[in-house]
Amino acid sequence: MTRMSAEQRHQIRLVLNGNRVDRVCEPRMLLSDFIRHEIGATGTHVGCEHGVCGACTVVVDGRPARACLTLALQVEGCEVRTVESLADQQGRLGVLQSAFQRNHALQCGFCTAGILMSLDALLARCAQADEAEIRDVLTGHLCRCTGYAPIIKAALEAAAEMRGEVDREAVDA
Amino acid sequence: MKPAAFDYVRAESLDEALDVLRSEGGDARIIAGGQSLMPMLNMRLAKPRVLVDIMRLKELHRIEPRQDKIAVGAAIRQAELLEWPSLDRDLKLVSLALPWTGHVQTRSRGTICGSIAHADPSAEMPLVLLALGGEIVLLSARKRRRVAARDFFRGMMATDRDDDELIEAVEFPTSNGNRCAFREVARRHGDFAIVACAAVATDRGVRLAVGGVADTPIARDFDALEGSALTDALNAFAYDLDARNDLHTTARYRRDLVRMIGRELIEAVTR
Repeated sequence: MTRMSAEQRHQIRLVLNGNRVDRVCEPRMLLSDFIRHEIGATGTHVGCEHGVCGACTVVVDGRPARACLTLALQVEGCEVRTVESLADQQGRLGVLQSAFQRNHALQCGFCTAGILMSLDALLARCAQADEAEIRDVLTGHLCRCTGYAPIIKAALEAAAEMRGEVDREAVDA
Repeated sequence: MKPAAFDYVRAESLDEALDVLRSEGGDARIIAGGQSLMPMLNMRLAKPRVLVDIMRLKELHRIEPRQDKIAVGAAIRQAELLEWPSLDRDLKLVSLALPWTGHVQTRSRGTICGSIAHADPSAEMPLVLLALGGEIVLLSARKRRRVAARDFFRGMMATDRDDDELIEAVEFPTSNGNRCAFREVARRHGDFAIVACAAVATDRGVRLAVGGVADTPIARDFDALEGSALTDALNAFAYDLDARNDLHTTARYRRDLVRMIGRELIEAVTR
């Protein structure tokens, strides 16, 4: 049995946005802090730090999860994705991000990274997701700017595009 | 809003986990999905010396149908049980209530047994386990024992579990079949229940269980199933739950909900 002591840093290996990560961290380090402070990927935001606001939501092994309610050591060997994974190498926005931009589905943007990851996980599992399912996913997020309506519109539009139902002309960002 | 320091044990066998519990007792906490424990750690309402992660233990990762019950192991996440193909058929009440447990983002990590261990008075899984007359299987280095749900929940976040025990599984009876109903009222779907009710048809009538009102979920058997006799029985139940005013709502509103939802569910399962 390996007991990882509180005072020391211990090995943690995972796949973050497709890249192998091999670092060390203390047992008490939250996944949200590991991503932001150890990796330096600050797209994941930290709001309430007790699982209520949803801003820190990331995708762990295909499912959306609160990074603030997860210890980094718990995701040893897992595949983690953050908002940084949505745009391509050239920085072009992904389908969901473009739909958010077109529909003004964000204002201050603090909650956006988490919402994008929840919706990305939903649409990856089920591109047929309807408005009720999208609304259900959004109950796990707080947005104090938009009133949610443009977020739902953007998600439905992105879902249609992923199903190949929208033939959209390329638009310069 | 960061946890106090703790040691971390990623248990590789059940014996290892039990060993830590035996030597550390109340200073050790089991962590499974962590969706109840992590907020308490972040807010430093809990400061264990050591956390024991049991999620790598294959023997706890099982959904096992037995003769007249289904055992759900401690490493089964809520999302996994929701996706279990036989859930609608074999555990209808769970299938009705589980979508109300947290949000999709917490169900993806949170476990069924973790919700039972945490014993929040407004949580859905303790309510459902009580309504069905289920049991909790507790394991320590000393022995294995079963405790009925009605004896397990002792008070707000207080249970019959001893410091050196972990929940190995919970067992949901299947004998009451499909005659059941569930309804919850919360500020938003997924928030803590203001009142949650579950009803199950029994041999003699209907068992109605209520969460979110008293310190624990409370169940009562109803044999008068219509008219003023039912009205009186529901009213007595609503008062016996000893509802309190809090920042969410009033005691009176909670009693109203118990009377109204109680009648609706009892009628639904006897129709």
